[in-house]
Amino acid sequence: MRAALSFGLAVAAFAAALPAHGEGIDVARQSYLANLLTQDCGSCHGLTMKGGLGPALLPAALAERDDAVLVETILDGRPGTPMPPWRFELSQQEAAWLVARLREGVR
Amino acid sequence: MTSRARRAARLGMKSLLVLFLFLAVAASAMAGTVRGTGDLGIVVERASGRVVIIEHSHRSRIGAVDGLGDLSHASAVFSRDGRFAYVFGRDGGLSKIDLIEAKLVRRIVQAGNAIGGAISADGRLIAVSNYEPGGVKIFDAESLDLVADLPAESNGQRSKVVGLVETADGAFVYTLYDAGEIWIADVAEPARPAIRKFPGIGAFPYDGVTVDGGRSYVAGLFGEDGLALLDLWRPEAGVRRVLSGYGRGEEPLPVYKMPHLEGVTVAGGNVFLPAVGRHELLVADVRTWAEVARIPVHGQPVFAVARPDGRQVWVNFAHPHNDTVQVIDVPSLKVAHTLRPGKAVMHLEFTPKGDQVWISARDEDLVRIYDPRTLAELGAIAAEKPSGIFFTARATRLGY
Ligand code: HEC
Repeated sequence: MRAALSFGLAVAAFAAALPAHGEGIDVARQSYLANLLTQDCGSCHGLTMKGGLGPALLPAALAERDDAVLVETILDGRPGTPMPPWRFELSQQEAAWLVARLREGVR
Repeated sequence: MTSRARRAARLGMKSLLVLFLFLAVAASAMAGTVRGTGDLGIVVERASGRVVIIEHSHRSRIGAVDGLGDLSHASAVFSRDGRFAYVFGRDGGLSKIDLIEAKLVRRIVQAGNAIGGAISADGRLIAVSNYEPGGVKIFDAESLDLVADLPAESNGQRSKVVGLVETADGAFVYTLYDAGEIWIADVAEPARPAIRKFPGIGAFPYDGVTVDGGRSYVAGLFGEDGLALLDLWRPEAGVRRVLSGYGRGEEPLPVYKMPHLEGVTVAGGNVFLPAVGRHELLVADVRTWAEVARIPVHGQPVFAVARPDGRQVWVNFAHPHNDTVQVIDVPSLKVAHTLRPGKAVMHLEFTPKGDQVWISARDEDLVRIYDPRTLAELGAIAAEKPSGIFFTARATRLGY
């Protein structure tokens, strides 16, 4: 019984660590984020993430990168380059959700 | 007359009648297509790979052309008769569109990643500026066959190319983003292009444009406060830095969308330019390029477009201030009006004599049309995620 409970908790904790599935981000916010990604990130990275002024953000291009580095890049930007910080409007979890979208490929 | 002859005569009459009806229908269909092109334009539906064809006399949508690929950051130039639009897509697509027939004439994919283009002063060449592989490619405007390939290589490295425009001398001017150089390519003999290079213009020039009717070429810098100016009447005098230090050494604000210099013109003897990383419009005297004023505005300016007579300058802004447009009163150098056309305002285009301004609001799926004098909304046109708006009057303007 206790084992089952702690297994359940572990699953819940694991799921919470996986914002890729959108836990904690409601549907309206997810659709806002998806639009932000294609349109506003797309203005520098291309609507299909094939790159523009900013580099391509296709799954293959990000394969070598750590999630943590990418999340940090999104939240804090890259000073000295045009990549701006998004912390003013995105939470850690939302940035992780965007990275997950990028990893599975936008559209 | 025998009965057979009568029948034959009746048949002849009938086929004559059919022929006559056919001709009448065909003539009326043709009458529908006989029109001028002076009031036509296109609206880019960036996410749908489509352009909508519009006319601004009655402010209506008259057609659409599909299948144009990734149109984020798409722009267009027009043939000198205003009949054909050449649309430059992000994915390297170059599409030639017949506005009268509302059809795609030809589409090629000429690079992996492109940013815009220009048409030569004589209308015979289309030049495209590419990010990947960095350089300029030049095509025959009639056939879209390649006539010259100009890689933007500096110190062994390819550079992204921005700010490509044509000159009255038949050349193309453009800027190398990574290398920080301005190049003038004379393509009178496309097989043997002659290129003049101006290195060391400053860090990360993000766009360039001709101002003052083609007299000078100015490139905006992302990596430094200031702009690089080249006098096209006297290129031998070299590139000069203008408006340097406009940030007064303060840390720039983050830029959520790069400003665009297209549409920057002289109004009332001054040039109005978006600052980078400042919520300001920079105003410089067009003769000396000395700073005249900085106008505090609502956000990071993206486009600053003057009404054709220069009485007003209309400005839109980067995310997250992009639901707003401000109107600058040119004589007083102050913000006179603030409008809210809706979510994600992408572009502004004036009709040739300034009786209307069309504004695309991407996340409203609308293009709104205003009277610049009264600010009254004259109407709206539905479009899917509209971005760039381009009217055929550009066909007759140098640098557009
Ligand atoms: C104004 C232009 C601009 C906008 C808007 C922009 N980026 Fe960037 N981004 C860049 C540039 C330029 C770089 C490359 C920075 C460098 O040279 O290290 C970059 C880098 C990145 C990287 C790191 C890629 C790598 O390979 O390390 C990620 C991830 C990223 N951007 C995500 C985003 C997301 C998500 C958004 C929208 C929320 C966004 N960007 C919006 C310009 C932009």
